[in-house]
This record gives sequence, structure tokens and C-alpha cells, in this order.
Amino acid sequence: MEMSPKRGANILIWAVLLTMPYWINWIGGYTSLGSRVMVLALAAMSLNFLLGFTGVLSFGHAAYFGLGVYGMGLTIKYLVPSTVAGTAVGVVAGAAAAAVIGLLIVRLRGIYFAMATIAFGQVFYFIAYRWNTVTGGDDGLSGWHRQPIDLGFAAWDILGSDRAFYYWVLVCFAGATGIMAALLHSPFGRTLLAIRENERRARFLGIPVDRHIWLSWMISCFFVSLAGTLYALLNNFADPHDLRWDQSGDFVIMAVLGGMRAFWGPLIGAAIFVVLQDYVSSQTQNWMSFIGLFFVLVVVFFPRGVLGILHRPSSR
Amino acid sequence: MTQLILFNLFNGLIIGAFYALMALGLSLILNLSGVINFAHGGFLAIGAYLAYTLTPYVGFWGALAIAPFLTAVLGLIVERVLIRRLYGRDPLYSLLLTFGLAFILEDGTRYIWGPQTLPFSVPDWLSSPLSSQFFFLTGYRLFMVGLVVAAVAALFLILSRTRLGMRIRAGTLDLETVSTLGVNVRVLRTLNFGLGIYLAGLAGVLAAGMLGLQPTIGSALIMPSFVAIIVGGLGSLPGTLLGGLLIGVTAGVTTVFVPSASEAVIYVMMGLVLLVRPRGLLGEEGRF
Repeated sequence: MEMSPKRGANILIWAVLLTMPYWINWIGGYTSLGSRVMVLALAAMSLNFLLGFTGVLSFGHAAYFGLGVYGMGLTIKYLVPSTVAGTAVGVVAGAAAAAVIGLLIVRLRGIYFAMATIAFGQVFYFIAYRWNTVTGGDDGLSGWHRQPIDLGFAAWDILGSDRAFYYWVLVCFAGATGIMAALLHSPFGRTLLAIRENERRARFLGIPVDRHIWLSWMISCFFVSLAGTLYALLNNFADPHDLRWDQSGDFVIMAVLGGMRAFWGPLIGAAIFVVLQDYVSSQTQNWMSFIGLFFVLVVVFFPRGVLGILHRPSSR
Repeated sequence: MTQLILFNLFNGLIIGAFYALMALGLSLILNLSGVINFAHGGFLAIGAYLAYTLTPYVGFWGALAIAPFLTAVLGLIVERVLIRRLYGRDPLYSLLLTFGLAFILEDGTRYIWGPQTLPFSVPDWLSSPLSSQFFFLTGYRLFMVGLVVAAVAALFLILSRTRLGMRIRAGTLDLETVSTLGVNVRVLRTLNFGLGIYLAGLAGVLAAGMLGLQPTIGSALIMPSFVAIIVGGLGSLPGTLLGGLLIGVTAGVTTVFVPSASEAVIYVMMGLVLLVRPRGLLGEEGRF
């Protein structure tokens, strides 16, 4: 059987991700950096489900990411010391908020939609920022840490070992991206592509466009809040800036940088962005200018992204 | 109690006038060029800091006249070098670009003028209270309201009476036709961008006198401006003005009763408006 390039790329990506903790130190990284890449890649890929495959621009995904972060932190700190329970609370909080806000904005299109997502995203930031007694306000929510996962027959010590935690992230990442890939290959996913390519035509074919966009938005926000729960575990901390608009912008630039028409694009984008940010912020006080300049350069010189350029011949 | 409510009502009106001034500039650019200018807050900060630097040389009034103008010049340069490339492309790209610019401008002001809060002095006779009973009625606040009213009136006069304004309004409705009629659309967009940034710079000088100078002054003010535009209705400048005043007053009155919710309440208001009237209070149906 001949192996297609796509299949080969998939095998390569999974091989890299599965073995990363064993070689990342040799190339100057560290295991938590690998976990960070995976977590933010999951967030960017979730955003890209909406952005790249439904053609809807959201600039406010940090809100649902942040709800995952705070869902996890607050659960472990105040309710039950359990990572699994925290994950459940985080994704339910993110999805519930997305459901309500989605209903309000699903009829808007284009820039108007983007602006509404930006503005609504800020509500949760202000709640986290102002509700000192519960969320810790500007100082963030600390005084808790991730909990080992009870498998019944053994405990998975994600607290004691960075490597064990990396594999917990990988399990969540694999589950989430597997579901998203399956959805995109289903008739539902094809319908989303049809909406992206020509919304008016899709509507004339009898597709309930608003409902599909709402569903795509929900799926996207659900997985971005899952990424949020992982981010909370990674830092053992919840920071109000995790749900601010600059975080949303980071997700969008990761998707664009990697190539938003390719399934794995945001993963590549996240890897480049995270490594660069890690390096620049350790070198200079003015990392904000560098990140800003990076945004400008990507937009001006690199709008199709890494995988977009590689795919150019077959993209039509 | 009455005095407290009056105080916050008045305060809200000032803040609202302020949001409106900023949001009008954003709206101008958005309507004609389809660009959401995330860097608007950054330009506001530049305007404020330029005024701070100029005051020792030309005084408050000189700074008020010159700083917004210089800010607009910077805006024109940015438009010609960067933003112009992105017209007609997916709005995603202009959003990302101005987002990056916002970072650069904020960090740039921090680099040049330092991270600490700087005092910005307004003339003495403007900063003293006018009446001992209504202590909050300082001359500066009244002056601010007056200036915003004047600026808004001037803007609407330009738009309704001058050739440039007429072209901007026509371009907002149908840019292609305006272009076919022989108007240089590139120049029109550049001038319009400059006009929008001028308003941001003006808002910056006023903000400096009221809030003091911080590098984050712009990013704190930009979100309410977005809300003002959505509440008022995309595509409508009177709507933006109304939206700004409304959210300012709402936030002001909320401060009396639930101080900690004064920021969040405007988003709740936006949610209600979108629920009842998705196009915004004065927005046209089907434009966005």
C-alpha cells in the first residue's frame, strides 16, 4: 500500500509528540515548555475549528479559555481536590457561557461578530479581576496545585513528575483533536466548509446556517475551555490575564502563523510562538514590542502561514 | 444621597463623552475602511504623552492644539506604510496588525516616558471647584464636556458640509461607486484615518488631565469604546455618540449602588441590546 503524504505527516506528528519528553532537553528545551506548547496548540486548534473551518472570526476565545482556568483552580481550591472534577467544572463553565453568548451573537457576521466576541470576552476578565474574595483579583488564584489522578488500580502522579503531566496533556490533546478531526470529516464538518466557502449558497441549499455556526462555536469553545483547564494545571495558578483580550489575540496569531486552512497549522504556530515568547521574554524587558512586531511581520509577509505556503500547489 | 447620585451621573456623562470621542474615531475608520483599529488606544496614549512633553514649552493650550495634530500625523504614516496594504482583505488581518501595533505603541510609551504614573497639570483656574456644595463641578470637567461637544459638533459639520465629509459619507455607503465617480479612494481613506486618529489624540490630552498619565491608559479605554459602537449600532455615527453617553451614564449610576460591577455592567447592557435589537440602537438593518 502506498502511503499518502498526509498519512505520513500524521504519523510523524504523533511520533514527535509521543517521544518529546525524551529528547526535548537535548535541544535546549524542558518538559514543561513542551506541555505549554501542547496546551496552547489545543487552544489554537479549537479556535481554528471556528476560524479556519467555518470561516467565522472570533477574537474573544480567551474568555472561555479563562473560564476553564478558573473552573479548575476554584474547584481544586474550594470544592474537591480532584483534577478530574476540576476539568469537568472548567469545561461545563466554559461551554455554558459560550452557549448563552453564542445565542446573542450568532446572527452577527464578519467584523461585527469579531467585535462582539472581543467585547463580551471582557466581562469575565472584569469579574475575575474585581471579585477579590473568590478569585484573588489582580494577584490571581494561588494556593492550590494539581492533584494526582486516581485510575482505580494506580495513581497517575501528574503533580510529582513533569513527564507524567506531559502525558496527561497529551491524552487530552489526542482526545480533543481526534474528535475535532472526526467532526470535520463528517457530513456536519463538510457543511461547515460549505458555509465558509459561500454562506449565501449554503443558505439557499436549505442549510440552517445560524444553527451550524452556533454548534461550531460551541464545539470550539468547549475544547478551548478544556485547554484552559490544562493551562491551570500547568501553572498551578490562575491569572486574570489568561482571560483578557491579548490572550485571544495570541490564539489567533498562532492559528494564522501555522496556517489556518490546515488541521495541524495551529500546532506549528503555537510551537513557534511559545518558543519565541519564552526566548524573547528571557532576553529583554521590551518583549511586548517584539511580540507586536512579530504580529505585524506575520500579517505583512506571512499571511498564509507555514503550512499554507507548503500546501500552495494543492490548495485549490 | 441625591448629591451622590448627581455626582456619579455627572461623572458618568463625562466618562461617556470621552468614550464617545474615542469611539467616533474608531467608527469613522471602521465604516469607511472596514478596519477595527485595535491600536486606537495606543494612539490615545501617544497623544496624552505628547501633550505632557509639549506643555513646558507651549503651555496647556498649545499642547492641546498641537499634540492631537502630531498624533494624527503618526497615524497617517502608519496608514500609508502598513494598514493600506490590508484594505479589501479578510478583516482578520487588519485586526491582527493593529493588535500588534497596540502592543508596540503601549510598550513604546513605556520605554520613552517610563512605567510610572506622571502628573499632568492643567491651568489652576480650571482645576478648582466652582461651588462648595457641588464640589465635583470643577472647571476642568465642565471644560472637558464643552470641548467634547465642540469637537463632536465640528466633526458632524465637516461630515455634512464639506466636500471631504460628503465623500467620506458616500464612501461609507458605496465605495466602489465613489471611486468610479473619480474620487481618489486611497487618499480619502488616508485622510479619514488621520481624522479618526486626531480624535484619539484629542481624547488622549483630555484623559491626561483627568486620569493622569500611564502607559496603559489607552488599553483601559478601548474596550468601552467597542461596546459604545455596538450599543449604538455599527455604521451609525450618531449611534456611536449615543452609545458612548449611555454606557458612561450607566457605569456612573452603577458605581453608586454596586461599585465593583461598574465595569461589567456595560457588557450586560450590550447583551440586552443585542438580544432585543441586534443591529444596535441606531444601526441600519442588514449593513453588518
